[in-house]
Parts: sequence; C-alpha cells; structure tokens
Amino acid sequence: MSKPVLATTSLAGCFGCHMSFLDIDERILELIELVEFNKSPIDDIKTFTKQCDIGLIEGGCCNSENIHVLKDFRKNCKILVSVGECAIMGGLPALRNGIPVEECLREAYLDGPTVGLNTEKILPNDDELPMLLDKVYPCHEIVKIDYYLPGCPPTADLIWNALIALITGDELKLPYEVVKFD
Amino acid sequence: MKDKVQDIIKKYHDDKTRLMDILIDIQAEYNCIPGEAIEIIAGQLNMSKVDVEQTLSFYHFFTTEPNGKYTVYLNDSMVAEMMGRDEIARAFEEEAGTTFGSVTEDGLIGLFNTSDIGMNDQEPAALINGVPFTSLTISKVKELIAGFKAGKEVKDMIGQTGDGNNSDPRIMSMVNNNCLKRIGSIMCLEYETGWALRRTVHITREAVIEMVKRSNLRGRGGAGFPAGLKWEFCRKSEGDATYLVCNADEGEPGTFKERVVLTEMPEQLFEGMAIAAYAINAKEGILYLRAEYIYLRDYLEDVMETMRKDNLLGKHILGVEGFDFDIRIQMGAGAYVCGEESALIESMEGKRGEPRNRPPFPVQAGYMNQPTVVNNVETLSTVVKIMLNGPDWFKAIGTPESAGTKLLSVAGDCKKPGVYEFEFGTKVNEVLDLVEATSVQAVQIGGPSGVCINPEMFDRNISFEDLSTGGAFIVIGKDRDLLQDVVTNYIDFFIEESCSSCAPCRSLTVILRGKLQKLLNGHGTMNDIDELYRWGQFMKQANRCGLGQTAANPILTTIENFRPLYEALVKTDEDYMSEFDMSKAVEESCKYVDRVPNVH
Amino acid sequence: MNDKIKIVIDGKEYWTEHGKTILDAAKDNGVFIPSLCHVEGVKTAGSCRICNVKVNGRNMTACSTPVAEGMTIVNNHPELEELRKAIVEVMFVAGNHFCPACEKSGNCELQALGYRFLMLVPRFPYEFPDKGVNAESKYIYHDRNRCILCKRCVRTVMKDDKHVFALNSRGGEHIHIKIDTELASHLTEEEAQAAMDICPVGAILKKERGYYNPIGERKFDKQPIGSEIENK
Repeated sequence: MSKPVLATTSLAGCFGCHMSFLDIDERILELIELVEFNKSPIDDIKTFTKQCDIGLIEGGCCNSENIHVLKDFRKNCKILVSVGECAIMGGLPALRNGIPVEECLREAYLDGPTVGLNTEKILPNDDELPMLLDKVYPCHEIVKIDYYLPGCPPTADLIWNALIALITGDELKLPYEVVKFD
Repeated sequence: MKDKVQDIIKKYHDDKTRLMDILIDIQAEYNCIPGEAIEIIAGQLNMSKVDVEQTLSFYHFFTTEPNGKYTVYLNDSMVAEMMGRDEIARAFEEEAGTTFGSVTEDGLIGLFNTSDIGMNDQEPAALINGVPFTSLTISKVKELIAGFKAGKEVKDMIGQTGDGNNSDPRIMSMVNNNCLKRIGSIMCLEYETGWALRRTVHITREAVIEMVKRSNLRGRGGAGFPAGLKWEFCRKSEGDATYLVCNADEGEPGTFKERVVLTEMPEQLFEGMAIAAYAINAKEGILYLRAEYIYLRDYLEDVMETMRKDNLLGKHILGVEGFDFDIRIQMGAGAYVCGEESALIESMEGKRGEPRNRPPFPVQAGYMNQPTVVNNVETLSTVVKIMLNGPDWFKAIGTPESAGTKLLSVAGDCKKPGVYEFEFGTKVNEVLDLVEATSVQAVQIGGPSGVCINPEMFDRNISFEDLSTGGAFIVIGKDRDLLQDVVTNYIDFFIEESCSSCAPCRSLTVILRGKLQKLLNGHGTMNDIDELYRWGQFMKQANRCGLGQTAANPILTTIENFRPLYEALVKTDEDYMSEFDMSKAVEESCKYVDRVPNVH
Repeated sequence: MNDKIKIVIDGKEYWTEHGKTILDAAKDNGVFIPSLCHVEGVKTAGSCRICNVKVNGRNMTACSTPVAEGMTIVNNHPELEELRKAIVEVMFVAGNHFCPACEKSGNCELQALGYRFLMLVPRFPYEFPDKGVNAESKYIYHDRNRCILCKRCVRTVMKDDKHVFALNSRGGEHIHIKIDTELASHLTEEEAQAAMDICPVGAILKKERGYYNPIGERKFDKQPIGSEIENK
C-alpha cells in the first residue's frame, strides 16, 4: 500500500506552526516512514505534483494569493486541516479587522514609524503583487475545512497525535494540556 | 439650565426610582437630554454619569442630541413596509432634504425610524412630536414638510379627526379606531360605569378572587396565566404594600387593540383596575403606557379625574371604609421588551427594562420589591364583565381551556383591518372571511414572537391550547416574499429590541440574521437550513424571557411551515458553500492603489 | 430556615440548605456547574446563561434558582453540554478574542470554558466588532471588544458608592459597557487590580500588569476550570 501523501503551507501566518511541527523532533524520522511529502516548505516542492491525502494549513487569508493557495489545497487534498489560531480565526493578522484597509496601508507604507527609506511614499501597486483583502478571513470561511488544531502554535504533540490519528484512523486523544488557544 | 433640571428632579423628590419621569420631563423641556443635564442628575441623585446613561441609552425615544424641532418617527414594522412605507420614507427625505437617522442642518426636521407604533391598521404611519399621523400619502408628506417650514403647530396639521373618541376634544387625533368591527360578546358589551365595582365591594376580597378564579380568566397578554391565581398568589404574599400594575405597553408589531380599548373604553379599564386593587388590597395602581400612546395621556388623566369625582377612584371608594385606590400613569420611552412584566417593573423603577430572573415572581417581589400584580389592559377590562355577569356566564363563552373572547388586531393584506372581538375557538378561516382576505399565503399569529402558519393550518383555532396570540393577526398575501419581506424584518426587529442582557439573545440573533441572509443571497446549502433551525432552538432553550425565547420564531416557524421556500434558495448539492466574494474583498485595496479589482 | 433539604443532581442525592441557589448547593457538594457571570455574594445577573440546568424538566439558570426540597436537577446532559458550548462559542465570535495576544490568556474564564468544552473552532462566523477601547483613566485599560457583557464589573466595581462601569445602549452592535473615566481615575491601584480580577476575560486590564504568570503556571494551564470544585 502506498503511503499517504501530505502537503503543508503557510498563508497569513508566521511559520510558527511549521516550527512547532518540526518540534516533533526525532519523530520526524518515524513520520517520513509513514507519509510522503508533496507541496510543502518542508521539502520545498512548490506545486502539487499529485493528489494528496492530507493538507495542513497554517495562517488565515489576508490577501488574494492566500485565497488562491487555499483553494488549490482544497482541490488537491482529500482532507484539509486548519492548524493554529491564524487558520482558525485569523489570529494576530486579524487584529487589523475593523480598521479600514486604507488606514492599514497608510500606516504600513506612508506614515508609520517603520516606513524607513520609502521616501517617495509609494504604495505597492505592481500588477504581480497580490491584493490585500478587506479583512483577514479564517480558512473555513473560504473553503470547507475538515479538522481544526488550535494553538499559537499548536503543540508538537497535538500536531503529531492528530497526524497519526488521521493516518492510522485511530481515535484522536486530546489530553487537557494539549488543546490551548495560545 | 441647572435650576430647571433641579426643579424637575425635586418634583420627583430626588427619587432615583423616578428616573424615567425625570428624563421624560427634561427631554420635553429641551427636546433632548443634554450632557449638562446628565451631570446635574448624576450629582443630585448621587449616581455616576454612566449610571444615568445606562437607563437613558436603553430607551429609543431618549436622545442626548437635539433631534429636530419637528421629529418624525416613521414606523418601519413589517406591515408598514407592506403598505408602502419605503415610498413615504423617500418622500420625507426628499422634501426635508435629509436622510433617516439625521436632522436637517438648520435643526428644523429630524427623520428617524421606529419600531411598531400601534397603527398597523392604517399604515404607513408616523409619530411627529408624539402626534400620530396615519395612512400617510406622498401629498400628505409634502403638506407636512411645508407646514414644518412655515412653523405650523403639529396638532394643527392632522386634518380630519378619526372615528369614535378620536374626535373627542381631549384627544383630537386623526387615528381611526376602525371601531371594533364585530360587536363582541364580552369586552364590547354595553354597561354603565361603576356597576361592576358596586357589586364587587359588596363581597369580600377573597370572594372576588374566587369569582375570577372560577371564571377561568387567563391573561390576555399572551402567556395565558390564570388571572385569579395570580391575584391569589399576590394576596398571600407578605409585604408592606401591594401594587397593581396595568401593562399598556403593547409593543408587539401588529398589535393595536389596546389603543382602541384605551380610547374607546378607558372607564372599563380603570374600573377593572379598581376591582383588581380591591381583590389584592392595593392602594396604588400604575398604568404603564407605551410612549407611542402619549397622545392619549391627557384624555386618560381626565377620565380618571371624572372617576375620582364619581368616587370610583381615590379615598373610600363608593363609601367603603379602607378601600383607597388611585392610579398614576407611568410613561414608557420606547422599548418593546418592557411589555414583559418584570422588565416593565424595572423600567418603572427607573432602570433599564431588563427582564428579571424568576423566581421571585412579581406577585412575591415586584415593584419596589413588594407583591405586585401585573395584568394586561384587556384582562383587567374583561374582569368588569365577569363581575357583572358572573363566572359561569363567562366560562360558557369560548372553549373549555380558553374562556371568553379575544380582541384581535387584524392587519396586513385584507380589506377590513381593525380590532375584532372573537370568541376563543374561532377558526383562522373564519377570521380571514370576515376581514375579507383572499389570496392568502400565510398568517402571522401573535406578531413576530408568534407563529407563521400556512394555508393548511387555517382550520386551526385561536385559543391558548391551539394558536395563542397576544392580539396580533397579520395577513400575508400570496405576492409577498415571505422570507425577504417578513422574516428578515422580524429578525431585525428582535436584534434591535433585545435588552441585550442574555448572551444568546444579544448575539445569536445577529448570527441567525447572517445565516438567513446567506441563504437569501443564494449562497446557502441544505446544511445551512438545518443549522439555522438548530441554532434557532438554542434561543428557545437558553434565554431568560419571552422575547429571547421566541426571537427565533420567525425563522423556526417558517422553516417548519414553509420549508419549500427555503429549499428553493439552495442552488447546490454540496454541503458547504462559501460566501466569499473576491472582487468585493479586494475592492477597497485596489481603489486605494489605483488597480482594477479583476483579481480572481 | 436553616433546615437541611435533599436535592437530586444527575440522579445522585445531596444535602443542602434552604436559601441557597442550585449553583452554590452544587458547588458545596463538589458538583461543578459552569458559569461566567456569577460572582459569589453579588446580586445575580443570570445573563450569560451558561449555567442552564434542567429543573424538573425545565431549563433554568442554576445561579438564579433557589433550591427546594426534592428538586430534581440535570446538569450533566448532552443537550445542556451542547447548549453551553454553543453559548461559549457565541461569545468567542461576538468579540475579538485573540488569545495569543491577550494579557489574560491562561487565566481567562471564557477561554477555560472553551478548553473544558473542547472547543476546537466556534461553529459561528466571527464578527470582528469594533467597539473601541478606553485608556483614559490612570490605571485601567478597558477593551470593549473583549467584553462578554457578564456585568460583573457593573455590579461590583464602585467608587464613592457609585458605579464605575455601566451598560450603555442596547441591541446588536450598539450594546457595550461604558467606563466612567472621571470616577475611574480616582480608583487606587489596588481597586484597579480588583476590577481586573473580577473581569472573567481580558476586557478590564490594570495598566502595566500583563503576562504576569509564565506559560505553564497560569490558572488553567494544567487543570480545567471547575476541577477545584470537583476535586475537593
């Protein structure tokens, strides 16, 4: 029997969930025996090369590219999992929700303390660049999500337990210490 | 300002529990309650400013900014919209040169929306400086705005006065009572004021309660609690004083029968209050009158004055030593939830109209923590006829579980809207025939908190055991969009009118509204319909008061009785559908960097 | 009125006294009924609705309902569990609860109930309200977007016998709690800390007091809310 295929991505996130994923430490060797990686920053495969079984999504959707990637994952993965607070509820990037987009852009590129060398006061407007959405969307408001792993980041144990449960079909056990929102 | 505001506060003896009256008087004086006045009140009553604002901001008609020399509150209830309210609203906006929710720059005209004002039989209708204007037309709107600009008195612009007592010099209103279309057998039975009370004082208080108990009279407000039992509970409760409160805060959209009772037979109501007061030994009675009916206040005060002169109210009523009872009118200030008896009591104590936890019940600890009976206008008026004709006569009318008659406010798509007195047990079909409603898609029984029934259910009857109603009976014609026009209007109403105390009522209504809109936008799935229903059930289980428990009824009962309408909105076999719209989501950022929002 | 009476919770008999609420009677007997708005010794609000139990078949709030002899109470029931979880989820979506960035995280009672009910994601869409913050007074930072309107502060935080916090407006997006900044600026540091502590979430913060306990040592890091009652 062929191994289940796994894909991962980070949308509007900080890669912290991926870092936490790597925190499974030596169990990663075990994981490689169990699954095959496809599109993922872990193996640096940039585009889907086959239909996958499990997609792990870190981060919510803050721009048009996030939407494309998320929809692409939905198309190419049988099971999608929202990993971490950003995927689940927008997370820290969603702190801007409720603030008008114009104000956000102004603060980031024109008026804010970090504007630095942008002395010409240019807003990024190249056609190749993705566009900012009106707010940061949780992933399940864009596509159907099958499972959720909360945490900022979810602990390595939670990610591990969940993956094993998905691969083996065993019941997922969630001890109290494992499920946290921060 | 300081002296004037302080005088008003002094008039109410620096009494915090009279905050409603204080605010009402200040608003009448300054056309709003300015920040300075709030500070003075807070200082005088030893409250924090936010505490004063806590009450003030709860009520729709209180405002901290001047809201126009002429303030138009146009009804936006469902029936008003059916009868062309939007067209009238546009006419107001065009003529006045401002939009709803704002005041003209010169401060002359303010335009505002308001929930039902009890005129559903003559919509579109508005209150202008408290004076009702009904059956509004575009030409009437033009005439009104011209009048405002010419500085006319509002009262002088009503034109023809309405039928019945509306033409009484003490009322002089253009409202039509469409007087009791069918002369009913109880409420409308002619009698001479005072007769019932004369009979009452000849028997003991216990015997009066016994008679009402035997009559099986149940509360007409909607819940149907046995009136006699309520009185008995109150009588048995210990307290320093006992209060009788008449709930005249009919705020359920589509209900207007109390307006008619208050206009046409206030003596009967006050006599009923005196009988109840005798039974429970209350010295003080309070008529909680909804703000929308302020145009009746002077008239009602005058009627009471006459009754005092006739010794039907006041000290030693009918010469009976120790039978002292008088009534004061407590005005509301615009809050549907105050129709709930404990919320009404909170309001009378100068607080936000938030329903209380029960127990204790008002009969145990109500107004000022004392035993209190709160009865509906119709219930108290009916008592008069029971005392006159006896409980057996009363019990013989109606059905075994629902004795007597019910006043129905019929409105909507029918030829003869108005107030009708029907015996309990009357079938929906019989009502529809009488009011000349043809081509009926649905009937909303009991207003937004009631049930929406389909034609297959029209042979059911009006009674506590079958279709219970506080009075509203709204006919919805075949050409109406039931979900878009009716259900959304009702849910918006509940969002607006929730006292916001209970978490589910405050927030879940908004969530339900969003889900319904998702379906209406064509983005729904069968799953969404099921969730809408399941989430609506939480409201029933979780909330404290009748408003909260029934706030999902417009959705729940239409899913139950009109499910095909919902299913027709579903365009997919999938169990998930996103509402996300890329072009809309990037519209703002594209605009700002000058890009065409063609991202897909 | 101090006679002992017997009540039944989830089929088990317990002794309690007249005058107690179901919530307190249960607590005395080691039975945890979740609640957010309740504060011991303070006038009942009954507004969060999470302590819904079934009393003789009817839904009642345990914090507001007095016990009576022979009362049969259902606390542990799938329907109630579902209802309570749904209310917690409603609160999560109606406010901005960014747990990773909240000073109260780990000590927050709303979050703790989310853990206890194993809320992985709220079933309702997030609203992301914008009700504003108030940092005008000396010691208090008041974030309305985190407020769950439990009214604990409204009922308990007083200065000179006056309410520092009060409800304002009603309905939908309008309802909020308003702080009397003038009065609040007279609060002592201790009083401000007490106000922060009475708030079950992170809506009332004492300035310069955040992230005090390290992760792992916070109130609900290791033990679920209610376990202090159940393990007594």
